[in-house]
Formats: sequence, structure tokens, C-alpha cells
Amino acid sequence: MNAENTIPSNTFNGQPKKFVTWLFVLSSLMCFAGLTSAYIVRKAEGNWKIFDLPQTFYYTTALIILSSITLHISLTNTKKGQVAKQKNFLILTILLGLGFLIGQYIAWKELVANGIFFSGNPAESFLYVISGFHAFHIIAGLLLLLYALAGTSSKINQTKNIFRMEISAIFWHFIDILWIYLFVFLLINR
Amino acid sequence: MSDHTTHHTDSHDAHHGAHHKETFISKYVFSMDHKMIAKQYLITGIIMAVVGMVLSILFRIQLGWPDESFPFLEKLLGKWAQGGRIDPSFYMSMVTIHGTIMVFFVLTAGLSGTFSNLLIPLQVGARDMASPFINMLSYWLFFLSSVIMAWSLLIESGPASGGWTIYPPLSALPKAMPGSGLGMTLWLISMALFVASALMGGINYISTVLNMRTKGMSMTKMPLTIWAFLLTAILGVLSFPVLFAGVILLIFDRGFGTSFYLSDIFIGGEALPNHGGSPVLFQHLFWFLGHPEVYIIIMPALGISSEIIATNARKPIFGYRAMIISLIGIAFLSFIVWGHHMFVTGMNPFLGSVFMFTTLIIAVPSAVKTFNYLATLWRGNIQFTPAMLFAIGLVSLFITGGLTGIFLGNASLDINLHDTYFVVAHFHIVMGSAAMFGMFAGVYHWYPRLFGKMMDTRLGYFHFWLTFIAVYCVFFPMHFMGLDGVPRRYYSFTSFDFMKEWLAVNKFISIAAILGSLAQFIFLYNFFRSIFKGKKAPQNPWNSNTLEWTAPVEHMHGNWPGEIPHVYRWPYDYSKPGHDEDFIPQNVPLSQTMSSNLPGDYGTHHGAKGAH
Ligand code: HEM
Ligand SMILES: [Cu+2]
Repeated sequence: MNAENTIPSNTFNGQPKKFVTWLFVLSSLMCFAGLTSAYIVRKAEGNWKIFDLPQTFYYTTALIILSSITLHISLTNTKKGQVAKQKNFLILTILLGLGFLIGQYIAWKELVANGIFFSGNPAESFLYVISGFHAFHIIAGLLLLLYALAGTSSKINQTKNIFRMEISAIFWHFIDILWIYLFVFLLINR
Repeated sequence: MSDHTTHHTDSHDAHHGAHHKETFISKYVFSMDHKMIAKQYLITGIIMAVVGMVLSILFRIQLGWPDESFPFLEKLLGKWAQGGRIDPSFYMSMVTIHGTIMVFFVLTAGLSGTFSNLLIPLQVGARDMASPFINMLSYWLFFLSSVIMAWSLLIESGPASGGWTIYPPLSALPKAMPGSGLGMTLWLISMALFVASALMGGINYISTVLNMRTKGMSMTKMPLTIWAFLLTAILGVLSFPVLFAGVILLIFDRGFGTSFYLSDIFIGGEALPNHGGSPVLFQHLFWFLGHPEVYIIIMPALGISSEIIATNARKPIFGYRAMIISLIGIAFLSFIVWGHHMFVTGMNPFLGSVFMFTTLIIAVPSAVKTFNYLATLWRGNIQFTPAMLFAIGLVSLFITGGLTGIFLGNASLDINLHDTYFVVAHFHIVMGSAAMFGMFAGVYHWYPRLFGKMMDTRLGYFHFWLTFIAVYCVFFPMHFMGLDGVPRRYYSFTSFDFMKEWLAVNKFISIAAILGSLAQFIFLYNFFRSIFKGKKAPQNPWNSNTLEWTAPVEHMHGNWPGEIPHVYRWPYDYSKPGHDEDFIPQNVPLSQTMSSNLPGDYGTHHGAKGAH
């Protein structure tokens, strides 16, 4: 049987890969569900330090919400074929994302200044681990956005361009909503 | 067969890359073809299984002959067996690595990795996985993690030794015992890679099953193998991340001074600074993965045996719908029973009874599956192929091990049984051996599809009977030891009087284990010899209905030349009255089988609604 030349050539279908992204989101959600459940279980055992969350978290939350909006605008422009606008809003999104990261770092410094240490009471450690692990996701999200940005300048076709944008958007909106959940969770369960 | 292959335009496949040239590297090493990746998983899994098996024989020697010295052990293990007697801490290491390898590397990655990869695209009618690249990455992460785990056996301070469940504080304090140092670190690195690999694999399997089925392959026309692989992958995607979360916290406790799991500990009379942690927290996180994990191991084996039993009994599987519903039931319930591993951690008795209740409910879908297997076998025209024998062996082991689960699931009985050889007997039979039998069944059955060759049947029979007898001889007596209170994870039974009477039994078990493992060489010989010297496989050696047997024996990219076959019927039309052959493949249209069609075949029978 001659195998190599008999496959029909196909058009690109992004659906299964988009689904892969959703599943990745799900597994990452389970990771945070694990961390936050551990938080609750541990807190219920007592000996739990109570302290204020850093003020900076409010600003970074605003930044990340803004970045979701700009990404959405970029995506709608992608679908309309407006490459220039797509690019500008994408760059804006990336900058806002970087701003978020820097903000989280400042928030950590604020914590240290307030005497909240990574190796202190588990209440303190949990805050660092949860926000740090989220920041790790932001870095991954930024890499995805850069990948989409690279697509705007290279010769990939429009279908692939939209595909990359959609993948990045699924992930980025997820980590945005995830942060809001984590922030509210931390506020409620101090 | 080829006249069964129908040709239609194929609307959904994302295969691209059929035309690029193949080099040795891209074909055999960094292959993105699901069939090659399946073989890579299988062979890596077999190698790891041999490592795990050798370890078990070494520690069985210690258990069977605790007072004797074996000079060859010193030659083999060096400083870990001075004077020919295994060092106690190395004994613990071997138990730990044996468990880890068998549970994760052989029966999770080796089993799911091989058969999900091989069968999902071939049985649902897809050209490849949703993301062949991620699939390749998944294998290579698994490979790397296997290498690191195996390497940890060789390091100066010895491998991890706190058990495959790595409970803190032994796993959290590098100074706790020899294996808690570098060995534990390597264990954690290896398992982190493993989790990443398992997630990538699982995500791919789910996406492929849900998005890339061929025309006509509705969810209720899928073979039960695919249902089992799908639910297994879903369990993995939901539970492995939780283990990952637990392990992250453990890593911070180990290296960065946090106290998630540690509190008020003294080492050598000196107090550690850690304060406020809870070791039970780790157990919750671990068993939230751990229990689903045991079903991640058994469900593919159950799916494989459904398929093999129906094919070789030449009968439709009994209760197809009930099989799916019980798989879903088992998958769901497996997330709310983890507490049964923690009955004796000082758990609130009310909570204990909740976990006991959910645990015992799992017996219901498990029993449904068992009865359906037996009903399928009942008055079937049984073809005793080696695969069929192993599948029937699985059913036997699943019953034996499931019964003891009911004892263990009882919170008050478990006070006596926990951490005894009763637990060892339970899980080795229901999980270890049953899943291993499922894996053997799968290898014997799909070997023609994996390698295009046939395995030797006579050697297969020898392999089966020797293994079957050995498994019962090894694990059955352990129940009685456990009932008598003999604890698990013990180096030597000679230090307590009440255990002395078990020495003879231990010797018997060790001899049975050694003979049983020698029998595995029959399999290894058969497996590797047949790759080169086996008879060439016919197109459809078992007269089976599923789509993988319509693809060319010679592997090719994209699986089918021309169009992907369409599906018109469920996979279990065996011995259908009115049809001249005793099987009707899924891709045969109803219009070609007028003599055997039933009124229900046209409508909503089996819930079929055509394409998804
Ligand atoms: C009727 C169904 C089952 C019930 C009620 C059941 C119940 C239990 C219970 C209560 C324990 C904890 C015993 C203890 O540590 O004191 C246990 C342990 C275990 N079970 Fe099952 N089980 C069932 C089926 C299974 C299946 C199907 C598997 C695997 C495929 C399995 C694998 C295991 C393993 C690996 C352990 C030991 C874990 C360890 O401590 O290392 N069980 N089982
Ligand atoms: Cu369990």
C-alpha cells in the first residue's frame, strides 16, 4: 500500500485546538480550586493570621480588567480585517498585562514592608503562593499574546490570524476572571 | 473487507502535513503520528514495568528469607545490600519506587498512553489527534520523567522512600531520612513532568473524541473503549492539577521555609522553626487525586475488556447503555470518596460516615459492569484467544478485589484493616493485577494493529495461565495476614512474635512471585520476537466491527487512504440474526444488510442521530 500520497489535502480547522485551550483552562482552574480549598481547610484549623491585603491589588485588578477590554476590541478588529487596529490594541493589551505584573510585584513589596512574609504563618504563605502562581499564568498569557502579535506581522493567513487571537483571548479572559475570583476570595476569607 | 470501506467527502479533519518528507528522526523519534507515539508509550511502559518488577522481586527476597544472606544482592546493589542483606532504608526506597512506577508510569502512562493514542483516532475515525504536536510533547515529557525516576535509583543517597503517597513530614524535610533528600527532590521533579505529560495527553484525547469523530459516529455509537478513555482523560484533567497544587506547597515547605504541612517537629532533639502546618492537609490534596487515579488506571482496562469480550464472545455487549452510565457514575463518584483513605486520621466520625456512604455506592456501578460482562459471556460462542483469557481474568480479579473494597470502605472495619496487608491484597488485585491484565489483553488483541504482525498464541496461553495462577498465589494469602494485623511497609517480620507464624506464608508468596515474574519473560520474548518474526497480520484478524480494522495494516499518516469511513451502526452487531456473517462492521450501511435490519435500526435505536 502506498501511503504517503493518498491523503486529501484539507482546510485548516481550529475547532479541536480551541477546545484544547478550553480544557487547559479547566485544568488550570482545578489547580486553583485545589489551592483555594487547601486555604479554606487550613484556615478552619485555626492559628490563622489576619492582615490587610495590599492596596495595590485594587489598581492591578483595574489594569487587568482594562486589558481584557482592549483585547476584546483587538479581536473584533481582527475579525473585521483591520490589521492596524488589531495590532495597536494588542500592543496596548500586552502593556497593560506587563503593568499588572509589575503591580503585583509592588504589592508583594508592600506586603513585606507590612511584615507579611512568605515563610510566616500559612495565611501569609498562601497569599504569596496564590498570587505568585497566578502571575505565572500571566507570563504564559503574555507569551500567547506575543505569539498572536507576531502573527500580525508575518504572512499567516487570516484564518490562522483569527485562530491565534481567539486562543489568546480565551486564555487571557480566563486569567482575568481568575484574578477577580482570587482577589474576592482572598478578601472574603482573610 | 475493502468493499466495506465507503467513500464520502470528509468534512472534519485537521490533518495537514501529509506531504512533508520523513526522516528517521521525525518518523521514529520525534514522531507526531499517534500510532508511533502509542508504540513509544508501550515500549517505555514495558521497560518501566520490568524495572518495577525487578524491584518487587528484590524486596520479596527480603520478606521471604529475612535471616538469610544472598551474596549476589551485594554484587547487584553494592552498599545497599552489605553482607548480602538488603538495607532497611533501601527496602523502603524500593517499595516506594516500585509503587510509583507501577501506578503512574506503567498503569497510567503505559496503559492510557498506549491505547488512547492508538485507538482514539482509529476507532472514532480521525486522521490524528487534535494536536499532534502536544501529543508528541506529552510522550517526551513522560520519557524524561521516566529517566529521572529511574536515575533516582542510582544516586548516592538513595531514592525517595516515604511511600508512593509521599506523606509529609518524611517528604517535606530533606533531613528526615536518607531518601528524603535528593531522592525526594528527583521524585518531585519527575512527577511534575509526569503531571504535565498526563495533562497534555488527556486534553488531546478529550478534544479528539469530542470534536473529530467521523460522520455517523454519534456518542452512542462509540465503542466502549472510547467511552472509557474519554472518561479516564476527564478524570485526569480534573484531578492531576490538584495533586500539582499539593506538590507546589510541598516544594515550598521543602525548600523555602513555609509551613503548609509542617508543625512542631523535632529532629535529633532540635526544634524546627516550622509552625502552624497540617500534614492532614496534604493527605486531602493527595487523595483528591489519588482516588480518581485508581480509576484512571482501571477504566481503560475495563473499556478494553468490554471490547475484547464482546468480540470474542461473538455477542453484542450486554447493556451497552448501562455500561456507559456506570462508567459515568464511577467517574463522578470517584471524586467524592477520597476520605476513605483517611478514616484513621482523626477524621470527624460523621464525615467518616459520609465518605463511607459514597464509597459503598461505587460498588453499585462496579457490580453493574461485572454483571454485564458475565451476561455477555453467557452462552456466547467464546473464542479463547490470549486476549480473551486476559479479559476474563480481569473480570475475575475485579470481582475478587471489589469485594474486599467493601470491607475497607466500612469506616469501623478500616480501623483494623488500615495499613495492613489486607489493603495491599485489595489494591494489588483490583487495581494492580486487574489493570495489568487489561493491558495484556489490549496488547494481545491490538498487536496486529500496532505492529502489523501476530503474536504467538501458544506462548500467550502459557503466559496467561502462569500469570493468573501466580497472581492469586501471591496476593490472596495477604488478606489473611492483614486480618491478623500484619502491617504493610515493614522491612522485617522477625521482630514480633505474632508475625512469626506468617514467615512460611511469606516464603510461599515470594516463591510464587519469583515464578510469576519469570513467566513475564515469556511475554517479553513473544512481544519483541513477533515485531520482527511474527506472522504478518491479516486485515481483520478477530473479525471485529470497529473502525481500526478497516485501516490499512501498514501504518500511514492520516490512517486511511482516501476518505475516512462513515459509520452507520453501533460497534456490537455480532451474530446478528439474519446476517450471513457473524459480524457487521460499523461502516457497513444498513442498505447492505436488509436481511438483518431491525425496525429500531432506522430510528433512534442506540440513540443514534447520525452525525454530531
Ligand atoms: C468496590 C469498590 C472499592 C471500594 C469500596 C474500595 C475501597 C477502598 C478503601 C476504603 C481503601 C483504603 C484502605 C485503607 O488504606 O485503609 C482502598 C485502598 C485502595 N484502593 Fe480501593 N476500593 C474499591 C475499588 C478499587 C479499585 C477499582 C481500585 C483501582 C483500580 C482501587 C485501588 C485502591 C488502592 C491503590 C488503594 C491503596 C492506596 C494506598 O494506601 O496506597 N480500589 N480501597
Ligand atoms: Cu480510594
